[in-house]
Amino acid sequence: MTVTITVNGADHALDIDPATPLLYVLRDDLELNGAKYGCGLGQCGACTVHIDGKPAFSCLTPVGAVAGRRIRTVEGLGSADAPGLLQQAFEKEQAAQCGYCIAGMLMRAQALLDRNPDPDEAQIRAHMQTNLCRCGTHMRILRAIRRAVAMRKGVQSAQDVRP
Amino acid sequence: MSPVLPSLSRRGFLTGGALVVSFALAPRAFAQLAGGGEGGAGPTVVAPDLKGSLKSTPWLDAWIRIDADGRVTVFTGKVELGQGIRTALTQVAAEELDIPPAAITLVTADTERTPDEGLTAGSHSMQDSGTAIQNAAANVRMLLAAEAARGWGLPADQVTTGGDGRLHAPDGRSLPYGEVAARLSLHVQAVPDAPLRRPSDYRTLGRELPRIDIPAKLTGGAAYLHDMRLPGMLHARVVRGPSVGTSLQSPDLDAVARMPGVVKIVRQGGFLAVVAERQWTAIQALRHLQRAAYARTQSPLPADGTGDAVAATLKALPARDIPIMDTGEPAGPAIRTVKARYTRPWISHGSIGPSCAIAQYVDGTMTVWTHSQGTFDVHRVVAELLGLPPERVHAIHAEGAGCYGQNGADDVAADAAVIAKAVPGHPIRLQWMREQEFGWEPLGPGMMTELEAALGADNRIVSWRHAVWSNPHNNRPVGAGGVLAGNEADPPFPAPEGKPIPMPEGDGSRNSNPLYSFANTHVVYHFLKDMPVRVSALRSLGAHLNVFSIESMLDELAAGAGIDPLAIRLDHMRDERARDVMQAAADRFGWSKRPKGDGRRGCGMAFARYKNLGAYCAVAMEVEVDRETGRTLVRRAVAAVDCGQPANPDGVRNQIEGGLVQSLSWTGREAVRFAADRRASFDWSSYPILRFGDVPGSVEVVVMDRPGAPFLGTAEAAQGPSAAALANAIADATGVRLRDMPLSPERLKAALGPV
Repeated sequence: MTVTITVNGADHALDIDPATPLLYVLRDDLELNGAKYGCGLGQCGACTVHIDGKPAFSCLTPVGAVAGRRIRTVEGLGSADAPGLLQQAFEKEQAAQCGYCIAGMLMRAQALLDRNPDPDEAQIRAHMQTNLCRCGTHMRILRAIRRAVAMRKGVQSAQDVRP
Repeated sequence: MSPVLPSLSRRGFLTGGALVVSFALAPRAFAQLAGGGEGGAGPTVVAPDLKGSLKSTPWLDAWIRIDADGRVTVFTGKVELGQGIRTALTQVAAEELDIPPAAITLVTADTERTPDEGLTAGSHSMQDSGTAIQNAAANVRMLLAAEAARGWGLPADQVTTGGDGRLHAPDGRSLPYGEVAARLSLHVQAVPDAPLRRPSDYRTLGRELPRIDIPAKLTGGAAYLHDMRLPGMLHARVVRGPSVGTSLQSPDLDAVARMPGVVKIVRQGGFLAVVAERQWTAIQALRHLQRAAYARTQSPLPADGTGDAVAATLKALPARDIPIMDTGEPAGPAIRTVKARYTRPWISHGSIGPSCAIAQYVDGTMTVWTHSQGTFDVHRVVAELLGLPPERVHAIHAEGAGCYGQNGADDVAADAAVIAKAVPGHPIRLQWMREQEFGWEPLGPGMMTELEAALGADNRIVSWRHAVWSNPHNNRPVGAGGVLAGNEADPPFPAPEGKPIPMPEGDGSRNSNPLYSFANTHVVYHFLKDMPVRVSALRSLGAHLNVFSIESMLDELAAGAGIDPLAIRLDHMRDERARDVMQAAADRFGWSKRPKGDGRRGCGMAFARYKNLGAYCAVAMEVEVDRETGRTLVRRAVAAVDCGQPANPDGVRNQIEGGLVQSLSWTGREAVRFAADRRASFDWSSYPILRFGDVPGSVEVVVMDRPGAPFLGTAEAAQGPSAAALANAIADATGVRLRDMPLSPERLKAALGPV
């Protein structure tokens, strides 16, 4: 059947089994690399995207359930040539090792900043609890989120906001 | 543009690309400890006077090509694993060629394009490849200067470089590298004494160049093998029982064959896979087939549990005793003796991305894209497995999720090749499912040590005994028997017998030989070749438990005698660089002013030089223990590291920070669970790892400045010291010494007793 989904502002009509998880539609049909397969169980967050502004596990979300809803992926935050603010903050902090989790981290963190532009450290840590990193990049990811908060406030150095 | 797939079109992928450069590959044999002694068939040493991997591949054009238009291509046999080696090697090449790093395209392991440098393992990439590229580039710069000087009629030492890719004469004349290179052949062997640039002149080395691979990873660029989409590509899933040593009984193939979109079922001997047009179809077919009953086909798994259970399993295995160290010096009588056993359970690599590979069989040639640490070993494995001549197999590295040792990468590459051979023409993309990665990857081996150490009257250690029990950590596949698909073939390729890695690198014995000067040191490795669990290399190998044991024992001795943990270490350490990193970590931590253990809070430190050959690393940390739950939080951690000349200090910090946090996860909470007939850890709820709520309050890394000093591997240096610092801090905080990993809340709470 045909399912129409809206991803990063563009509509896509797909002839597809509506039970297909959104993750595979994004990756295989729309050729978007950001969302990653990590567990298929909603336990690691590597597949995180936004659905109507809220973070969601695309590996658990049937594409038929998101017809007509706004889907945003890391590609919607910016590009390598024109990175978004949070992506700039991650770049500044070099907040990646293997980076496989990072697109999910960005989308998870962006959802927090969209809701609360000035979260405190405890709020950031609690919010990021759903997402796993195996390289141990956590400290840099936290710094990058704090840097993004500071950048938004116009403070250029994340040094000033380190706890 | 993707950093992993630089300037190669899809067609370039299929044909091998236009950039292929021909050069003489060194004959291979079983000699050098490339990649830290892991794997098997390392490249032959043909030029022992040269440095790093130039020993096995001495020709300059194997490493560096300069086109007439000035573009520079650098070739390495090492691969990006998220450790930042792509950036670090680019910086090394840029520095010694004296050109901007942006002028360089770096090509990583590819069996038709790059030197074979063995595995990307053992923290050897900077020593092997960094050193080779550094010296090759110095040779090339020397040849360019000599050629320019010849053309200008000047003495060679009059020609200089200025970091801009041009050669300069004192009178202002200059020529671009490309023009001069066009007059030269770089198919010459390196000389050992090409002058290196002076550290005081460095423009690129030692600078914090942003990682080349990070922008694509932040923006959904094509950064991983997983992101490759080739024309005509089909999706496969391999079908196996729940974990190693099981097989499915009568999976319902007929129903799956009728599923729309299923292209083929590949069944050869015990190997089974399904191929479909769409990934979701392949997964649904797999799920249907997995409904079949399974049976255990191998010897029993260890009893579930940690501590005593690990010890009982290991002690029941036949051991071959390998002496590691035996020293005897006159020393005073023992005043205080401590004896202790330390254990580590089996640990999963736990890569966030399950292993993936793409293979394509066209006109009798198999091409495999792999994120294995051993691209050249994948080549050998696939050739033997499929009975193809070596020249008919082409293995190309493409980046995967972080691996931290031998995970499913090698197996999935072989799986994909078997499937691709059965479906000629189509690229086959195979990704393992989460439970397959947990169930079938080789685990980090369970281990045990027994230590007995004695202090004399003057607080000197008068005897030190260390025994370690371990399976082999190096079961890297070097032939078809090393991969699951080989074991499942008909007739099967038998799994080879595991062998120890000899010292000084060692495997289970790694870092069992203390760097400290202890009188009367006796170290023995009880090597256990029979493996009840499929195991292989996990980041730092035996060093994780050996350093944990040594550094815990030092604190046990110190605590009993009222000696400061830093003092007992410095009192027994003669190596100045080791003393410096310990002091640097202590100073930055504020060790002398640290809060004293008060039942809840406490501090601990630990040190090791990885393999006694690699980077020096000291870690200090402050913990806070919740006595009601046993939960331990690291309030702050400080590490100091000496890795010789750091190619990129921020890259070093990233590795040490990451290693420290990963080690806290391993040491503090991880253990693979076993049911009677299968592994019982199959997802992130049955194998929980550290999440944001439990990471340290802060981690700070001090990188020692060692201008021009030889590169020492960094990537694994933090694992052992971080583990021991955690145990030591918990002991300082609570008075409870935990010797069995994981140092979990349950274990600590039980040891603390009622509140």
